[in-house]
Amino acid sequence: MKIFKKLTAMVMATGVFIGSSAFADTVKIAFIDPLSGPFATQGSNGLAEWKYAVETLVNENGGVLGGKKMEVVALDNKMDGKESLVQVQVAIDQGIRFIAQGNSSGIANAITDMVKKHNKRNPDKRVIFLNYSAVDPALTNDKCNFWHFRFDANADIKMDAITDVIAQVPSIKKMYLIGQDYSFGKAVAAAAEKYLAEKTSIEIVGNELHPIGKVKDFTPYARKILASGADAVITGNWGADMVNLGKSLKESGFDKPVYCYYCAAVGITGTFGAAGNGMLHLVGEGLHNPSPSAAFTEYHKGFKAKYPKWDLSQPRIINATQMLAKAIEEAGSATDMVAVANALEGMEFDSKILNTKVIMRAKDHQAIQNMHVAIHTDDVDIDYDNSGYGMKIFKTVEMASMDSPTTCKMKRP
Amino acid sequence: MDLFIINVIDGLIYGLLLFMLSSGLTLIFSMMGVLNLSHAAFYMLGAYLAYQISIITGFWVGLIVAPLLVTILGAAVERYGLRRVHQYGHVPELIFTFGLFFVIEELVQYIWGRSMVNYNSPESLDFIAFNLAGGSIPAYKVFMLLVSVGIFVALYYVLARTRVGMIIQAALSYPKTVEALGHNVPLVFMGVFGVGTGLAGLAGVIAGPSLTTFPGMAFLLGSIVFVCVVVGGLGSLSGAFIASLLIGWLQTFAASYNVGAGDILIALGYEYPKDIYYHPWRDLWTLTLPQIGPILPYILLVLVLVFRPNGLFGKRES
Repeated sequence: MKIFKKLTAMVMATGVFIGSSAFADTVKIAFIDPLSGPFATQGSNGLAEWKYAVETLVNENGGVLGGKKMEVVALDNKMDGKESLVQVQVAIDQGIRFIAQGNSSGIANAITDMVKKHNKRNPDKRVIFLNYSAVDPALTNDKCNFWHFRFDANADIKMDAITDVIAQVPSIKKMYLIGQDYSFGKAVAAAAEKYLAEKTSIEIVGNELHPIGKVKDFTPYARKILASGADAVITGNWGADMVNLGKSLKESGFDKPVYCYYCAAVGITGTFGAAGNGMLHLVGEGLHNPSPSAAFTEYHKGFKAKYPKWDLSQPRIINATQMLAKAIEEAGSATDMVAVANALEGMEFDSKILNTKVIMRAKDHQAIQNMHVAIHTDDVDIDYDNSGYGMKIFKTVEMASMDSPTTCKMKRP
Repeated sequence: MDLFIINVIDGLIYGLLLFMLSSGLTLIFSMMGVLNLSHAAFYMLGAYLAYQISIITGFWVGLIVAPLLVTILGAAVERYGLRRVHQYGHVPELIFTFGLFFVIEELVQYIWGRSMVNYNSPESLDFIAFNLAGGSIPAYKVFMLLVSVGIFVALYYVLARTRVGMIIQAALSYPKTVEALGHNVPLVFMGVFGVGTGLAGLAGVIAGPSLTTFPGMAFLLGSIVFVCVVVGGLGSLSGAFIASLLIGWLQTFAASYNVGAGDILIALGYEYPKDIYYHPWRDLWTLTLPQIGPILPYILLVLVLVFRPNGLFGKRES
C-alpha cells in the first residue's frame, strides 16, 4: 500500500513536472511604453490593463493552443524613440513575437518602420505590432504595413464621431479650435476643419496652435475664446495643457462644451473634479457609464481589486487581447506570424464585455468599432482616479467611419 | 478695449505671482552673490506640501504651514549645505543649487507620484468676484492679487523701514564691516535664504490651484523667474518687481492677440501666396504672436543683456 502511494506520488510529480515544462512554453507579448520619467503614469496604467486582460481573459480561460499561457513582458522605453527601438530588439532577441505599444505616435512610427524591415530580413523571426493607442492617421494610411494593427480609433475617426455628435446639437453655431503646436495638434485641427465644413454650417471663429508644454497661464487664451463668442471648443490637448486650458476656461466664465481627446483618467479627471462638470466632452471607444454589460461590471470590479490605483482608461486593450488570442487559435500557431496576421486581418469580433462589434479592417488594419462621446460628471457608476467623477455616455456613433477612405497600399507577404 | 482691460488685470495677477518668486531669488542673490538655481524646486515643494496639508486640514492651514515648512527647509539647506560649500567659491555654490533642483524635483515625484494632483482653491473662494467685459474674474484670482501685493508691501517695509532691513542692506554692500560691528552675518544669510525660499514656497501654495500642481511645474516656471531677475537687475527688488509685471503683461498680451506674421508682411507690401500649403515660406506666413509668445521674455533677456548688462535697475558691479 505504502509503495503504491509512493508510486502515485512519483507519477503525479512527474506529471506535474512534464505539465509545467509544457506550460513554460508561453506566448509572450512585449509591452514597450514609458514606465519611468514624466510619462510613467500613462505607461504603468496601460501595463496594468494589459496584465489583467491577459490573466483573466486568456489564462484563466485555459490559455491558447490547448493550454499555453500568455504573458506580458514589460520593457521601459522612457518615452524615447531610440530607447523604444532598443527595447524592440531586446524583445526580438528574447524570442518574443508580439510587440504592444501605444504612447506617442512618433514612437509608433519608428516601431512600425523597424518591424517592417525586421520582418523582411528575418522571415523566420517575424513579429507583429499591436498598436493599442497611437492615433496618428498616417499609421494606417501612407505608413501602413501588414504587421501593424491599430485597436484604437485614429484621430480622424474620433473627429468624425465628434462632428457627428456636434451636428446634432443645434445650439452650436460657432466653434473654436485650439491645440498643441505639433503634428497631432495640427492633424486634429485639419480634421475638424474638414468634417465641420462637410457636415455642418458651423463657423470656425478661431483656429490656433499654442506651444506644447510651455504655456504657463492659459487665462489669455480663455479670454480670447470667450471674446470670440464660440459656442464650443475642440481640442486635442493632453496632460497639463488640457487641465490648464479647461480650468482657465471655467474660471473665465465659459460654460459651454469642450470636445476633447484626452480629458479623462491618469489624474486629469481627479484634478478637474467639479470644475469639469458638463464641460468636458470626451470622445473614445469602450467608455463605460452606463456599463456596457454585466461582464464588464464584473471585469472592472476584479481590475480595481487588483489595481486600485489604476483605471480601465483604455478598454481597447480588452479587444486587443481577445482578438490576438482568437487569431492565434485560428492560425493554430503562435510563431507563424503570417498566419496570425492573416487571422487578425479582417477579423470580425463580437466583444461580449464591451458590447460592440470590432472589425479589423483588412485594407488598412484599422479597428472599426462603436465610438462614444461622454460627459464629465459625478453621476456615474464607474469613476476615474477614484475621484467620484467619470465620463457618462452622451451619444454613441455605431461603427464609426466604417467606410472611411484610406491611402494604404497593403503589401502582403 | 474690453479685452484690453481684462488682459491688464490677468497680466497683473500673473506678473505679481512671478514677483513673489523673483523677489526671493533676487534677495538671495543680493545677499550671497549666488544664483539659487533650485529656487523653482522650492516653489514646487510649497505647492505639493500645501496639497498634502489641505487634504488633512483644508486650504487655509496649508497656506500658513506650507511656506513655513519650506522656509525651515530652506534655512536648513543654507546652514548645513550652502554654508559648507560657500568657502570654495561661487561656482561650487552654483553647482550645489543646480543639483539640489533635481534632488527636490525627483523627491517630490517620488512621494506624490508622477501625475498631477487634485489641489484646488478653497470652496469659500469658489465664486466670481466681478464680471468685466463678458469675462469673469474669480475670487481666487483676486485673493492671489491681494496676497502678492501684501507680500510686496511687507517686504518693502521690512527692508526699508526696520532695523533688520538696515542690517540686511548693509550686509549686502559691506558684509565685513557689518560683521565687525558685532552682527551675526551668517545668521542673516541663513534668514534671507530661508525667507527667500519661503516666498517661493508661498508662490507655489497660491499658484498650485490656479496653474495646476503637476511634476513639470518647477521646470515650467523656473526659467522665466531667472529672466525676471536678470532683466530687473540682479539683486534689485524694485527691478524684479517691474520686470515681473512687464513679463506678466508681455506673455498675457502676446497670447491674447492673434497678430500674424502674414498681416505684417501684407502691410509691408508683400502679396499673400495663393497656395499657402505648398509655399516655401508657409511657416513664416502662418506664424502668429501667441506661437512665439513664450520666447518673447527670452528675447527681452538677450536685448537687456546686450544693451544694459546690469539689468534695468541693477546697480551692482560684478
